[in-house]
Amino acid sequence: MSFILIVGSGRVGSTVARNLLAAGHEVSVLDGDPLSHERLDAGQDSTWEGAGGRFTIGQAIERDALVEAGIESADVFIASTNGDNTNLTIAQIAQKMFNVPRVLVRVMDPARAEWYGAQGMETICPTSFAVDMFEKALDVPKGSA
Amino acid sequence: MYAVVIGGGKVGLNLTRELLAKGTEVTLIESRRDRYLRMDAELGFVVQYGDGTELWVLERAGIQRADLVVAVTGDDEDNILICQIARDKYQVERFISRVNNPRNRQYFELLDIRPAFSATDLILRLIEHEVPDYGLVHLLDLPDEQLEVIEIIVCEGCRAAGLEVQQLELPEGSIVISVLRDNGGFVPKADTVINAGDEVLVCLDPGLEPQVTALFEAAK
Repeated sequence: MSFILIVGSGRVGSTVARNLLAAGHEVSVLDGDPLSHERLDAGQDSTWEGAGGRFTIGQAIERDALVEAGIESADVFIASTNGDNTNLTIAQIAQKMFNVPRVLVRVMDPARAEWYGAQGMETICPTSFAVDMFEKALDVPKGSA
Repeated sequence: MYAVVIGGGKVGLNLTRELLAKGTEVTLIESRRDRYLRMDAELGFVVQYGDGTELWVLERAGIQRADLVVAVTGDDEDNILICQIARDKYQVERFISRVNNPRNRQYFELLDIRPAFSATDLILRLIEHEVPDYGLVHLLDLPDEQLEVIEIIVCEGCRAAGLEVQQLELPEGSIVISVLRDNGGFVPKADTVINAGDEVLVCLDPGLEPQVTALFEAAK
């Protein structure tokens, strides 16, 4: 079991959070919008906290909010806000300021995802996945552009 | 010199105007369409439309040959990323960043994005300068150059009051560069006498501050 901190509770962040909690991990979610909490509760039998999850309202970049959400003891840090630059910045904060052992960062822009990936960051680019899926669906040969 | 400025708010636009007036080649990148159109009408081809944190936008602006990158968007994460990419991907040697929220300064330092300037900090310094509640004001810190300039009020009865500049027991690595007296400032000579009530500007190596200020503080 790991302690996982997820920053950004949108569609992706909230779903990953619920699945990880269901898989038996300790999960803390940080988001600036109190309404994002509803995504964690929607369609569930119990509330997020009732199921054992943690939720903190705060800005992703605020040190105090990150600490309150438990970054100091996190084993895994997931940056999944809707801003690439916010994600890339807080991911580096998690790595370099708080020494989180594993940091995953969502980057929508494939170019930046690739470059930061080459710098040693574990980037995940949904845009590239979508492009691949479309191309597979239409049988476009790889790299034909 | 070729400068790329990212962010066409008040700071970026006025900076671009000043640089152009000095004959510097500049490209200004702005991501908001309405702002871009307004500035395009004034500055023409100098302004480019796009998200200045995207690599292709930076490359279109010619960041590969930029001598200076100035990141002055209203978003600290954007400014951090721009400088990081300019330095590490495009080997731009000089970059300057704006810090919008002083609390984010720690992250600029963490990622070694320097120099980073915050308007809030600058105004705070001006307030300290204008409001004489503080005995000491940091006017300039240049950590890379190992240099600081501070302003100190000469207190009544301190060790320095009544002495000539050359008699001051200033530590090696510090020097009085200016004396402010009667609403004016002047560069002191060796035999200029320092009076209580004067303010002095001292240029010093970092770390010498306690030794320097001890000369000007009232005896305890």
